[in-house]
Amino acid sequence: MIINLVSIFLAAILTNNYVLQKFLGICPFLGVSKKIDTAVSMSLAVIIVMTVATLVTWPIQVLILDRFGIGYLQTIVFILIIAALVQFIEAFMKKNMPPLYQALGIYLPLITTNCAVLGVTTLNIDNGYNFAESIVNAIGSGVGYLVAMVLFAGVRGRLESSDIPKSLRGLPITLIAASLVACSFLGFGGMIDGIFGLK
Amino acid sequence: MAKKQRSIGDVFFSGWIKENPVFRLVLGTCPTLAVSTQAFNGLGMGAAATFVLVGSNLVISLLRKFIPDNVRIPAFITVIAGFVTIVEMIVQAFAPALDSALGIYLPLIVVNCIILGRAESFASKNGPIASMVDGLGMGIGFLIALLVMGSIREILGNGSWMGMVFNNGTVIQPMLILILPPGGFFVFGCLIALFNRLAEGKGKEPATLECCNCPQADICRKTMEGGNE
Repeated sequence: MIINLVSIFLAAILTNNYVLQKFLGICPFLGVSKKIDTAVSMSLAVIIVMTVATLVTWPIQVLILDRFGIGYLQTIVFILIIAALVQFIEAFMKKNMPPLYQALGIYLPLITTNCAVLGVTTLNIDNGYNFAESIVNAIGSGVGYLVAMVLFAGVRGRLESSDIPKSLRGLPITLIAASLVACSFLGFGGMIDGIFGLK
Repeated sequence: MAKKQRSIGDVFFSGWIKENPVFRLVLGTCPTLAVSTQAFNGLGMGAAATFVLVGSNLVISLLRKFIPDNVRIPAFITVIAGFVTIVEMIVQAFAPALDSALGIYLPLIVVNCIILGRAESFASKNGPIASMVDGLGMGIGFLIALLVMGSIREILGNGSWMGMVFNNGTVIQPMLILILPPGGFFVFGCLIALFNRLAEGKGKEPATLECCNCPQADICRKTMEGGNE
């Protein structure tokens, strides 16, 4: 049980990294990764929203959609729940945790249509995870997002001081740098299965 | 509404190359990178997104006078999610192979910023006919982008095109890395560079992540500027 959860957690961070292996949440990954501190704040907001969204959507899928045979409404229901949830978290933070709101507040609206959040909630159902596994997967995916963002912010810091051919400046070189970071994550492939003796 | 300077043909064709949603506006990056491992997947994804775009643009354009301004984004998302559900059902019923190839990215069309972006910047301001034409043009632009990306990655990375194998490793070893995730970033970066070069020749700005047509651009820009302080 514990081993299973740990392997899901590590796999979500390393082998199935949401940004670099599954291409979810690319826009903020490219847009907000200019500086390490903004990258960290954005990722923390993503971790919070992913976890809360999973806490809410998993029971709704199992207790309502599956029970009444209306699983086809999954996409509509999930995206509306996430949109409402983000508004709710924003209002709650603003009222009860002003320092946290100041740090993370501006990132929250960006997350509503971030495909990583809808992706996590949908994948948890698709993979047939139980409640504990879903939560662990959501936290792990969020942490994986954080790792990718922080690593990439570091890489971009180095890019800014380098001499880049004119047509590659800006977005193209950023994407090529992302490609190299993704390459390094390929190295983790199969590692988790090897460690835990699965498969 | 009828006093647009742009002709209907311009609305239709501008999305193909000149304002290509992927290479020029840099929208819908996630599905572009994820499903373009094969040309056929790109075609399927492009067709599905085009259907959603045309449908949601039409409905949103018809409802544009009734949707209150401050709840428009949730309202748009609901309309889009409805069409995505229709597409999901159609694909599951008639093209199960495509459904398993696209996997999670099919329901994720709902958060594709091309669709929300067109709803916000075009359909909510223009009549139904023009909105449908715009949706179709942008959808074709997305399809073209996915097809180009998918073809490059499949031909170089797998030695095949649309499933037809012509290079099974006897001629030259296919570059497997191109159909793996890093290849997606790499090919996309190179194509953006190419489009920037072409745009520069015509005296236009290079593509940036400014996302001028993205509904979240204001928030996003604020965030990025906040990061530069």
